[in-house]
Amino acid sequence: MSKPNTGRRLNDQTAAGWLLAAPAMLGLVLFILLPFLVALGMAFSNLRLGSPLPLEFVGIKQFQRIFADPDFLRALANNLLFAAMVVPLQTLLALGLALLLNQGLRGTVFFRTLFFMPVVFPMSLIAVVWVLIYAPGPNGMMNGFLDLITLGAWEPRDFLRDPLLAMPALMLLSVWQGAGFQMVILLAGLQQIPRDLYEAASLDGAGSWNRFRYVTLPQLRNPLIFVVMITTILSFRLFDQVQIMTRGGPNGATTTVMYEAVQAVFTRQQVARASAMTVVFFLLVLLVTWVQRRLARQEREVA
Amino acid sequence: MRTPPLGLALAYLGLIALALVFIAPVAMMLIGSLKPNERVLLEAGTLAAFVPAGGSLNNYAAVFERTDFLRFMFNSVLITGIIVGAGLIVNALAAYAFARLQWRGRDLLFNLVLALMILPFEAIAVPLFYGVSILGLRDTYTAQILPFIANAFSIYLFYTFFIGLPKELEEAARLDGASSLRIFFSIIVPNAKPAFASVAILSFLTWWGAYLWPLMVTIGPEVRPLPVAIAGFYTLPPLQWGDILAFGTMMVLPVLAVFLMFQKWFVRGVASSGIKG
Repeated sequence: MSKPNTGRRLNDQTAAGWLLAAPAMLGLVLFILLPFLVALGMAFSNLRLGSPLPLEFVGIKQFQRIFADPDFLRALANNLLFAAMVVPLQTLLALGLALLLNQGLRGTVFFRTLFFMPVVFPMSLIAVVWVLIYAPGPNGMMNGFLDLITLGAWEPRDFLRDPLLAMPALMLLSVWQGAGFQMVILLAGLQQIPRDLYEAASLDGAGSWNRFRYVTLPQLRNPLIFVVMITTILSFRLFDQVQIMTRGGPNGATTTVMYEAVQAVFTRQQVARASAMTVVFFLLVLLVTWVQRRLARQEREVA
Repeated sequence: MRTPPLGLALAYLGLIALALVFIAPVAMMLIGSLKPNERVLLEAGTLAAFVPAGGSLNNYAAVFERTDFLRFMFNSVLITGIIVGAGLIVNALAAYAFARLQWRGRDLLFNLVLALMILPFEAIAVPLFYGVSILGLRDTYTAQILPFIANAFSIYLFYTFFIGLPKELEEAARLDGASSLRIFFSIIVPNAKPAFASVAILSFLTWWGAYLWPLMVTIGPEVRPLPVAIAGFYTLPPLQWGDILAFGTMMVLPVLAVFLMFQKWFVRGVASSGIKG
């Protein structure tokens, strides 16, 4: 009697399992997996919206084209530059904020709320507001501020139209917006470090630097790896600020892979070419994720 | 650990300096929104940017005259509301099936969810846009809502929470013959409120501020959400900074109010996104 019974119970759960998972799985397959497979397929085709040419498989031609396109290469380099600057800056700032907030000082909740606040602002709103902050001439807030702290030595600049300053300007507001998010993750990590580790280190005569170096940093390793990974991926996704503030200019100084892909779709209807670009973007994300998982695993093996 | 007085002073000095950097752009927006248009840019580079003297609500009135602000607000609330609300149910149900039911095909499907978690939206934006275009769904709510309800990361967050709930929790109900769906709603949901709050907040933050996709699929103002609308308002001549800042303030104040009321939950929600590491 017991055998068919367990069999039926298993069947019951199989039906229930499929039924409960079905809506979400249907959505994921239809709107993520399928488009992704289509993107891979399109990247190897000649698809253009409204093109009279028959749809053809063109092999790696789209990839050859985009890697011969100076605008795309510029975009790729810009994304890498953005990541190379923003990831360390934002991680250090977030770590500094988290360490300051972890001292148990009065007013911690107030400051934490303040540092986190930009995270609830849509990036497009921040981009528009920062256009005003970067306004050219002595009237601009950033120019005024730099004038103040250099005691008048600062020459007013037009940040968003300056080939050298446009990218750093975008980096700065991105760090300002995103640091609070990372801070909260690192703060949660800091609060999980057992207190007796610090007490043991103090008994061994470790100063505050050594406690940070030999207790905090190793204990914070996984949250740090995670924060570095998501900030890197966010850097590759860079689009909103560029589209609103600089339109990729001046002269391609701030163009990005996503901006080029959207341009290819909207100004030239080159769906296949845009797909090839997003495939390159995806491979970058995959690489970062793979590195993060390896580093995280390595730590587990050591521990 | 006791912090020495000098260290304490330095810590507060650092906190206050950083606080000023974080608050300055926001304060400039709030205060500038009350000023006559021509004074906003004129005073942005001086400390007068933070002095609300001679303020009025004229810019707010101008926003309502120049754009259909309430329409954009309605669109944003509707789109984000449905994505978050429907997403909570659909993704939690799937996570429950993965975490607490035994069924054939489960591990295979769950591995698919884990794999799809890596895929950022940008990687599929182009074919999705192509699909929406040939189905004639551009400029609709459907195109902005339907693709984003099911979410691999939400399923994963729910899963990590559900798997940690004690087994005994549902055993009695199961022996009484309650169905899985009934157990989910009467036992799992009440015991997983923090997970629901975290997922709701993370998905709200993602979709409330979404820009790329609504920019691609909307054509006119009918179904356009706030993030695209403010970018459009900024390029709408004549350039009136006071009006733009009033638009921005109205756009962010409701969210800011909710954030300040539930900031503990926001912080907890975001912190939970780090558990992947």
